[in-house]
Amino acid sequence: MRTAYLDTLYDLAKKDKNVYALISDNGAIVYDKYRKDLGEQYLNLGISEANMLGMAAGMASCGKIPFAYTIGAFLAYRAFEFLRNDICLQNQNVKVVGTGAGEVYSALGPTHHATEDLGGLRSLPNLTVLCPASPMEVKKATMAAYEHQGPVYLRLGTNKETELYANDYPFRIGKGVTLREGKDVALIGTGSMLKDILDAAKRLQEKGIQARVINLHTIKPLDREIIFQAIEETGKIIVAEDHNIIGGLGSAVAEVVAESGEGIKFKRIGLKGFSKGYGTYEQVKEANGVGIKEICSQVERWF
Amino acid sequence: MDYELMETCKEIRKEIFMQAYHAGGAHLGASFSVADILGTLYFGGVLNYRPEDPGWKERDKVILSKGHAGAALYAVLAIAGYFDRAHLKTFCQIGSNLGGHPKINEIPGVEASTGALGHGLSFAIGIAYANRMDHRDSHVYAILGDGECQEGSVWEGALSAPALKLDNLTVIVDHNKLQAMDCLEHIVPMQPFSNKWKAFGWNVVEIDGHNCSEIKEALLTRKPEIPTLVIANTIKGKGVSFMEHAPIWHYRMPNEQELPVLMEELGITEQDLKEESVVRQ
Repeated sequence: MRTAYLDTLYDLAKKDKNVYALISDNGAIVYDKYRKDLGEQYLNLGISEANMLGMAAGMASCGKIPFAYTIGAFLAYRAFEFLRNDICLQNQNVKVVGTGAGEVYSALGPTHHATEDLGGLRSLPNLTVLCPASPMEVKKATMAAYEHQGPVYLRLGTNKETELYANDYPFRIGKGVTLREGKDVALIGTGSMLKDILDAAKRLQEKGIQARVINLHTIKPLDREIIFQAIEETGKIIVAEDHNIIGGLGSAVAEVVAESGEGIKFKRIGLKGFSKGYGTYEQVKEANGVGIKEICSQVERWF
Repeated sequence: MDYELMETCKEIRKEIFMQAYHAGGAHLGASFSVADILGTLYFGGVLNYRPEDPGWKERDKVILSKGHAGAALYAVLAIAGYFDRAHLKTFCQIGSNLGGHPKINEIPGVEASTGALGHGLSFAIGIAYANRMDHRDSHVYAILGDGECQEGSVWEGALSAPALKLDNLTVIVDHNKLQAMDCLEHIVPMQPFSNKWKAFGWNVVEIDGHNCSEIKEALLTRKPEIPTLVIANTIKGKGVSFMEHAPIWHYRMPNEQELPVLMEELGITEQDLKEESVVRQ
């Protein structure tokens, strides 16, 4: 995902001199070609996330389109007031790009995990929140963020994600994607979790359960229609996310389900607190009850 | 001495109080403290601006990071002609665009929404960087409070601007030595204040923040590739004898005994107080 983002942004900056790549001292080698080719459109501001976002807002007030990038946890928590007051309140055209979504930086521990960012940021007025699921989707989401006039939070995983899409498809902000058809239950996710959800759906199929898989790459504005459709056609929804169970995608979907007035079966899967333990991303997810196993056993409880 | 400018600054103080009077409150101490700085910026031949065309691309910009002195900025913008002076009477009232803290896009001449402290410097750095990239000759002025400099983000910006060699940026610290509850030195000592900024790589100029000619000279000071930091030694509540140096006037209105003294000192008449508050959009 990271490479897909950096390559796309590089091309955008080459084409549009108003595009700026701001970073807060992360990712040495990956920026070699930025340093070489982009001159002062590339700027490493040092370890100062608040300053980076405030500065990005000031630049945007002059017509620039800054992409401010660093580890998502540092942007969402440390620089929150700068995102709120300088970018969202003033509706400045800044793209805030956080890497290391959820527990992707598994071995680095909770200080580096963005596991409450969606809960905080999706409540910010004027902010569009994107969480793409694969390298191709990152490319499309980055382009969409560039074309969108207004603040965007782009939530990225790391560099290990596989491509989920066999073919090209139209990406639209606020329009979810059905990755797999099914009428028995709808599994909804975002970002890197879609890989696990698709794997869970395959396992369930072996047991004769046809699970629909929905990718909500846009957390805000949320695609209510695709959720209504799932309510109507499956009557059972599970939202699985690598994020705290409070406030994230599960909560966002729950709001739609509750207001739909349909009393369907509904379950959120997410972190119950700060993540525990270290290891690979897969291990940490399993250990914290947000992996494939958890999704499958929840579905099986309903059948 | 520029007596005309001094008169204008007195007029600014009068308009600050009149806003507070109609609204029932404002940050008077901080607004009076920064009045001569703002007055000199806009009316002392420092700032390049066009009230009739607030979006003029070549304009200099002022970021009032200490946004709680919004009433002072509004008074200056109204006198400068960005909007009708009578509109000041709507300050902080329902339906008005003039709130307790300034907002961009809603008030002509306001360049950033401020209020939470420690934001304006980084915002101004972004503008200065954009101006340089566009080869634009405009200058950016950010006005910070001295208490505001207790915010850590100020020092992120203080490191950043010299690193970026932004000589098109001037920061003015309204150094009135008081914060909401007490003297700075009793709460978090800031001295040696000037040396802190020097150590961070700024071109530091220290002046009397109520002497318009000193202010003007400092605001026009430039040093190649180095941002300038003006420490304006000011008096919180300046212009109203009983408010000067008194922390309690951070946010308070005068009582019946105090009001006549204030009116006398700011040149406010009974007739001024009687005028109706009318929202004019």
